[in-house]
Amino acid sequence: MKVRLKIWRQENAKAKGAFVTYDFDEVSPEMSFLEMLDALNQKLIKKGDSPIAFDSDCREGICGSCGLYINGRPNGPGKGISTCQLSMRPFKDGDTIYVEPWRAKPFPVIKDLIVDRSAFDKILHAGGYISVNTGSAPDANSIQVPKENSDLAFDSSVCIGCGACVAACKNASAMLFVAAKVSHLALLPQGRPEARERVKNMVMEMDRLGFGNCTNTGACEAECPKEIKLTNIARLNREYFTAKVL
Amino acid sequence: MAILDAKIPEGSLAEKWTNYKNSVKLVNPANKKKLDIIVVGTGAAGSSAASALGELGYNVKVFCYQDSPRRAHAIASQGGINATKNYQNDGDSVYRLFHDMIKGGDFRAREANVYRAAEVSNQVIDHYTALGVPFARDYGGSLTNRSFGGVQVSRTFYAKGQTGQQCMLAAYSSLNRQISKGTVAMFSRREMLDLVLVDGKARGIITRNLVTGELERHSAHAVVLATGGYGTIYYLSTLAIQSNGTAAWKAHLKGALFANPSFVQIHPTSIPQLNEYQSKLTLMSESLRNDGRIWVPKEKNDKRHPNDIPEEERDYYLERRYPAYGNLVPRDVGSRAAKERCDAGYGVGPTGLAVYMDFRDAIKKQGDKTIEAKYGNLLELYNTITGINPYKEPMQIYPSAHYTMGGLWVDYNLMTTIPGLYAIGEANFADHGANRLGAASLMQCSGDGYFILPFTISDYMADQIKTPRIPVNLKEFDEAEENVRKRLEKLISINGTQTPTSFHKRLGKIMWDYCGMARNEEGLKKAAELVKELKHEFWTDLKVPGNLNELNQEIEKAGRIADFFDLAGLLITDALNRKESCGAHFREESQTPDGEAQRNDDEYLYVAAWEFKGEERPHQLHKEKLKFEEVEVKVRIYK
Repeated sequence: MKVRLKIWRQENAKAKGAFVTYDFDEVSPEMSFLEMLDALNQKLIKKGDSPIAFDSDCREGICGSCGLYINGRPNGPGKGISTCQLSMRPFKDGDTIYVEPWRAKPFPVIKDLIVDRSAFDKILHAGGYISVNTGSAPDANSIQVPKENSDLAFDSSVCIGCGACVAACKNASAMLFVAAKVSHLALLPQGRPEARERVKNMVMEMDRLGFGNCTNTGACEAECPKEIKLTNIARLNREYFTAKVL
Repeated sequence: MAILDAKIPEGSLAEKWTNYKNSVKLVNPANKKKLDIIVVGTGAAGSSAASALGELGYNVKVFCYQDSPRRAHAIASQGGINATKNYQNDGDSVYRLFHDMIKGGDFRAREANVYRAAEVSNQVIDHYTALGVPFARDYGGSLTNRSFGGVQVSRTFYAKGQTGQQCMLAAYSSLNRQISKGTVAMFSRREMLDLVLVDGKARGIITRNLVTGELERHSAHAVVLATGGYGTIYYLSTLAIQSNGTAAWKAHLKGALFANPSFVQIHPTSIPQLNEYQSKLTLMSESLRNDGRIWVPKEKNDKRHPNDIPEEERDYYLERRYPAYGNLVPRDVGSRAAKERCDAGYGVGPTGLAVYMDFRDAIKKQGDKTIEAKYGNLLELYNTITGINPYKEPMQIYPSAHYTMGGLWVDYNLMTTIPGLYAIGEANFADHGANRLGAASLMQCSGDGYFILPFTISDYMADQIKTPRIPVNLKEFDEAEENVRKRLEKLISINGTQTPTSFHKRLGKIMWDYCGMARNEEGLKKAAELVKELKHEFWTDLKVPGNLNELNQEIEKAGRIADFFDLAGLLITDALNRKESCGAHFREESQTPDGEAQRNDDEYLYVAAWEFKGEERPHQLHKEKLKFEEVEVKVRIYK
């Protein structure tokens, strides 16, 4: 099948970007979206054009490298998938497809569809860990954790740090990202001792980096490739309030 | 080149590591601050090593090619991580895990290293739990386990099908803590393109900043490579598409011996290739074989829908051939059995290169809910990619390149043959012999990084305290940087007609066809010729667009593929040299009458460590004889 692609091209961080149109006819439905771009790039290189730069690595939805804004949605049509898991099946012959990088001030464009997400790393530097030195851990079964809490912690811990939540949010808020980590660690007894400091520091860093606030729209939850729930943000607020006030 | 000295400590196997730790040289905290260590790679091995070394007080610099250290491919490990806790009271012990690994590796691994890996496995689980890994628990709140291929106890800890993600993120969190403390400096989007030796010692690296294209110099008292495996030499594999062998290969060219390069694990259960555009193969965790039954039709070319094939017309070939282990045979055995059935014409799916993995009976017995709780995300992943619902009909699976047991040769200290250069995790060769057991990779990577390297590196660092910080304006750095620049300029100036990826695909196909699951002398010799021809074509007709001083993903690919051509040559040489079948290395000339691998212990009970002797000159083989003092070397039987 044939598609018309309108892809954001931007030479580097300082250059002005624009949409460039590509008509591409080597598309088959079972191809992944990124394999379609791979094929287009092969064609561009042979023609002497510069290929479209985009991040991707594991190509199985777990490393969080990829992430494209496709037809106005992070990771395009579909639910609970990253861009590399999107196939061409949802598209029809003759479709026009808009492809953009994540749009958020804290994620500046580096080139074409690649953005700088190091702000996420910085938020985690501020407290997204449990302070335990190598060698000082007790036997793993010395602290029993109710299965229910452990499972809830797991559900929050599966965040892949891709940034789709920020891209989806009209405020460019990183609340779901921060909430997932705060929840994961706050739900486990191992994470409780520094829970107060953690939540305060991470929220402070999030604000400092220029992410917006949450207005409960829920776009982040709807677009999260790992379907991390909005209830995490409620827990984040509770943790934050407790830490600041009580 | 000196004879290989593995530096295995004295004493019985169970005492070696304890004795070693009691006598290893130490560095006092004040001196550690003056010592620099470079860690390349941020997977389960690199992140854990960097954080542990940072905690000790060393000055650590860490490098990864991704935008964030969290993205290293340990993140994709699915099924689990082994430890000898014996929480299930089923008779597990350090010795049993050690024994399973030695046997699983088909008696081609070094006893002392494997025993140590088993010994530290419990500490790894304790540490990850303390870091907040939500391992699966039972209703009483205790940790629970599952079984994996090649073993008869339940020792695998897991977090659904995302154990690697959870361990990786925990290691990343400990790395983040050190970054925030300032003991570790993180350099993302950097690729190591050469190793710098000063007076024969590893003293630094040359990196390319992948955003600006700038070449950078970094110096240190020691360099640790945690750069993973080279499975992408087959193009299609379960690895991340950017995984590569370049860092290890550059170290090899500078004098580090490369051990057992032909030992590549082909994983039995990945989603089969769908079309020629495919960029990778997705793994379906081995843990699925706990409940998934593998079969093909008893009739050749049976085109019926799998659900229409009655029970008596199904051949559960693993259960038939290996009644003791059934569907849980080790990976090499499982892969070969699938290939055997498909080659004989019993394969299924559109290409005939697939077998069924069926959850029908498990669902009947345990219910949808239980199966979903155990494997939910994996079954969903399968559904997303193929459009087939595995709750309703069997999955189609086929083997694919997955893990490289071969790697840089290291001694008991995890040091390569270059003083001050260490290799940990998948990048070294030490623990898995000719075949790795499931859930033993996260275990080894994390053990190396958290609990082994921090001790063994101190033995070397103790002698470095009088060496001041290494300046980067030495002529050795000038030369290395100049060589890197020249190579990049050469690649970009060929200006031919073919893309890097097109060469990679062709190289991968040669390797898969002649140096994959089954190998023979004629095929290997042919492959050597084909690789040589293709390499020549590459260096005369490659087309790399753009410039060197910008973000240029094609020059990155070109450099990695250029190194793969040379590594492919060595891989084939090693496969040709080893005229026996062992583990994943199956030489068709060397098999039993019923098609099982036939080892030749009289001639090949050694690690093949290859020394680079210069361009266009053959590699020199060094043999590290393997001595088995605690385990009886016998035929590996899973029947």
